[in-house]
Amino acid sequence: MGKILMKGNEAIGEAAIRAGCLNYFAYPITPQSEVAEYLAKRMPEVGGVFLQGESEVAVGYMLFGAAGAGERVFTTSSSPGISLMSEAISYIAAAQLPVVFVNIIRGGPGLGGILPSQGDYFQATKGGGHGDYRLLVLAPASVQETAEMVMMAFPLAEKYRNPVMILGDGLIGQMMEPVEFPDHLRTAPSDKNAWASNGMATRGSRQRNLVKSLFLDPEALNNQNLLLKSKYDRMRREEVRYETYNLDGDYRVLIVSYGTMSRVCRTAVDNLKAAGVEVGLLRPQTLFPFPLEAVREAAGRPACQAVISIEMSMGQMVEDVERAVCGIRPVHWYGKCGGDVPTPEEVMDVVRGLMAGGR
Amino acid sequence: MGKTFSKPRSLTDQPTHYCPGCTHGVIHRLVAETIDELDIMERTVGIAPVGCAVLAYNYFNCDFQEAAHGRAPAMATGIKRVRPDLVVFTYQGDGDLASIGMGEIVHAANRGEKFTVIFVNNAVYGMTGGQMAPTTMPGQRTTTSPRGRNVEEVGMPIKVAELLAALETPAYITRQTVIDPKGIRKAKKAIRKAFEYQLAGRCFSLVEVVSTCPTNWGMTPVEAVAWARETLLPYYQLGEFKVPE
Amino acid sequence: MQSEVKFAGFGGQGILLSAKILAHAALEEGHEVVWIPSYGPEMRGGTAYCTVVIGDRPIGSPIIKNPQHLIAMNRPSLEKFAPTVRPGGIILINANLIPIGSGRDDVTDLAVPVNDLAAAAGNLRAANLVALGAFVARSGIVDFETLRRCVQEEFAAKPQTLPVNLAALEKGRQAAQG
Repeated sequence: MGKILMKGNEAIGEAAIRAGCLNYFAYPITPQSEVAEYLAKRMPEVGGVFLQGESEVAVGYMLFGAAGAGERVFTTSSSPGISLMSEAISYIAAAQLPVVFVNIIRGGPGLGGILPSQGDYFQATKGGGHGDYRLLVLAPASVQETAEMVMMAFPLAEKYRNPVMILGDGLIGQMMEPVEFPDHLRTAPSDKNAWASNGMATRGSRQRNLVKSLFLDPEALNNQNLLLKSKYDRMRREEVRYETYNLDGDYRVLIVSYGTMSRVCRTAVDNLKAAGVEVGLLRPQTLFPFPLEAVREAAGRPACQAVISIEMSMGQMVEDVERAVCGIRPVHWYGKCGGDVPTPEEVMDVVRGLMAGGR
Repeated sequence: MGKTFSKPRSLTDQPTHYCPGCTHGVIHRLVAETIDELDIMERTVGIAPVGCAVLAYNYFNCDFQEAAHGRAPAMATGIKRVRPDLVVFTYQGDGDLASIGMGEIVHAANRGEKFTVIFVNNAVYGMTGGQMAPTTMPGQRTTTSPRGRNVEEVGMPIKVAELLAALETPAYITRQTVIDPKGIRKAKKAIRKAFEYQLAGRCFSLVEVVSTCPTNWGMTPVEAVAWARETLLPYYQLGEFKVPE
Repeated sequence: MQSEVKFAGFGGQGILLSAKILAHAALEEGHEVVWIPSYGPEMRGGTAYCTVVIGDRPIGSPIIKNPQHLIAMNRPSLEKFAPTVRPGGIILINANLIPIGSGRDDVTDLAVPVNDLAAAAGNLRAANLVALGAFVARSGIVDFETLRRCVQEEFAAKPQTLPVNLAALEKGRQAAQG
C-alpha cells in the first residue's frame, strides 16, 4: 500500500487498528475529537469496540477494566481530559496494565485554548497522577511518525506492562501529511494469561488472577515500588530515542526541541546554515526516558558555546536539558505557549541573540 | 448424620476481616452461592470497591480487579465491552457508589451495561471510620455529622434504587435486606435473578442491600438490626423497582 | 525547493477541500507535502485559511509566515494575507467578491470571477475548484492532468457531482490562460 494523505488525528485511529488494537474508549475534546469520529465509523467495520464514555474520569477506568481483562485498548484526549484521566493513569501504572494514551496537547493551564502547545511536558514525564510512577512518553514530529509511534506503543506497553503516552500537539493532530502504516509494526498482542483477570476458563487455569494496586503492608508496598522502578530503569537503558540534525559540524549553539517545534527549529537550522551559521539540533523522540547522555555529549563538543531548549511551553523540558548538561554549558530557554507557534525567523533571531551575547 | 453446612466453592478459606455483626459476610456468601449454582466461577470477574469490601478478592474464589473509589461501574463497562462472554459484577458500598461514584453508576445503568451491581447500603462510611454517607439518615450521628445529619445543609438521603429505576433504559433494579433470615432468602433470590439477567444478555442489574454497621453505628449487632428495621427500612423500602419487560 | 500555497476565505467556501486536492496531486507527483489548516473559532465565519507546503525534501516548519502564493476567496483574506506573500508569487483574487487588487507590483495578480464561472459550470459551490483550476494552470505547481485525476478520485463516491466539478476546474484553467 502506498502513501495516503491523512490528518494526524485520523492516522492515530487507523494506526491503532493496524497495530491490532480494536478497543477504544474516549470522551470528545478539541483538538482531537476527529479520532473518536474516525473510530466511531471504523471500529464497527473491523469488529472492534468503540464507546464514548460519560467523562474522562470514567474512560480512564474503562481502559483499566479492558486492559485488566487482557485486551489491547487505547484512548485519545487533550490536556484537560488527560488531567481527568490522571487518576486512572496512576492506578493503571500501579496495577501494571498496558494501556496506550494519546495526548494531543492544547494550551493551558485551565481551559487555556485549543491551539497547539507543549505545556503538558511535566504532566506526561513527571507525573500528573499521584505516586511514584512513570509513563513511557513518545513525541512524534510528523503524521508518519505519529502513526509509527502509535503502532510501536502497544508492544512497548506490553513489554513493560506500563502505560505509554504519545505526546503530540494540536498541529500534529490537525495537519495532513502522507502516511503509510508499516507492516513490520503490526504485532500480535503478548500473552497476558499470567496476570490478566480474564476469567479462569479463558486461560484454562484453576488459579485466579487479581489486578490491584493496594498494598497495605509497608514492606510489600516498598517492594512493589522497587519493582516499578526497575521497569523505569530498564526503560532508561533500552528505550531512549532521539534524532540529530546538523550535529556533524562545528555548531556553536545546540538546540534541543521536540515535536512540531523541532520542525520549526530544523528550518531555522537550515536557514542559518545557508547564512553561514552552524547550529545543531537534537530532537528527543522519547521524553521519558529523556536522552540525557546524548544531550550531554552534544553539548560538550568543543565548539558548542550554549544550549537552548525551544518548546511551546514556559520552560518545562529545559529542566531536563539542564539535568543533562550538568552545568558544562549555559542552558537557555525560548518558547511560547498561547498557540501561536514560534516561526523559524523567531528561532533564528533567538539563536543569533545568544551568539551576539557572547555566551 | 448428613452434611448440614458447607462453604460455597466460590469462597476462599480465608477468614474475613469484617467486624462482628457486619453483614458483608452474609452478602458475600449469597453472591458466592449464586456463582456456584449458575456454575460460572471460571468465567466471572468481580470488581472490588474502595471501602470495607476493598479486600473482597481475598474471599471470592474468582478473578478480581480492584477499583478506585466509585469507578467500579466504569471498569466493569471496560471488561464487559471487550469480553462480553465474561460474567462481571461489582460489589460497592454507599460512599463508593452513591457519592464519589454517582456519575459512573448512573451512566453505566443508563447505557444498559450487562453487568451486575451488588450495592451494600449501611448508611455510613465504614472503612474510613464512620463518616456521613449520602445514604445517612436525617439526624443520624456520624463522625462528620456529630449533631446528626442536618438535611437543611446536606439534603435528604439518596434512594439509589428509585433513582436508577427512573431511567428509561430497561434494567433490573431491586432493594433487599439481610437483617433477618426471611430477608436473606429474598435477597438471595434477587441476586440470582440479577445474575440471570446478565447471563441472558438482557440488561443492567443492581441489587441494593440494606445492611448494618454495628461498629460505626455504635451499637451491638442486635441493636443494629433493630435500628435498621425501625429507621432504615421505612425509608429504604424493599421491593423490585424495575424489571425488564 | 519548497513552495507554499495559502488558501483563504470564508468558512464554507471549500478552501480546505481544494487545498487537500492540491496536496493530493503533489503527493501523486512524488513531492513531500503538508496540509495545515487553521482550526478553532476562526472556522465559523470570518477568515479560514489553510496552507499547503510542497517540497522536494522533508518539510520542516509547518508554520508558514510568508507563503509563495495566495488564493484569496474573499476581501478580508486578500487584505490580511496579500502583504505576506513572497515576491514573485501569484495571488489569485476572487473577482466576484473582491473589487480590489493586491496593490503589490512584485507579485502576479490573477483576478478570476470564480463565482460566476462556477455558476456557469452548474454549481456556485464549485467556486473553490474554479480557483484551484485557474491557480494550477497559471502556476504549473502540479500537472493539470494530475489535478484532474485527483478531483475525480475525490468525488468518486459522489459520481453525480463529478461533471460539474470537472467543468468548474476546466473553466478555471481557461480563465487563467485566456
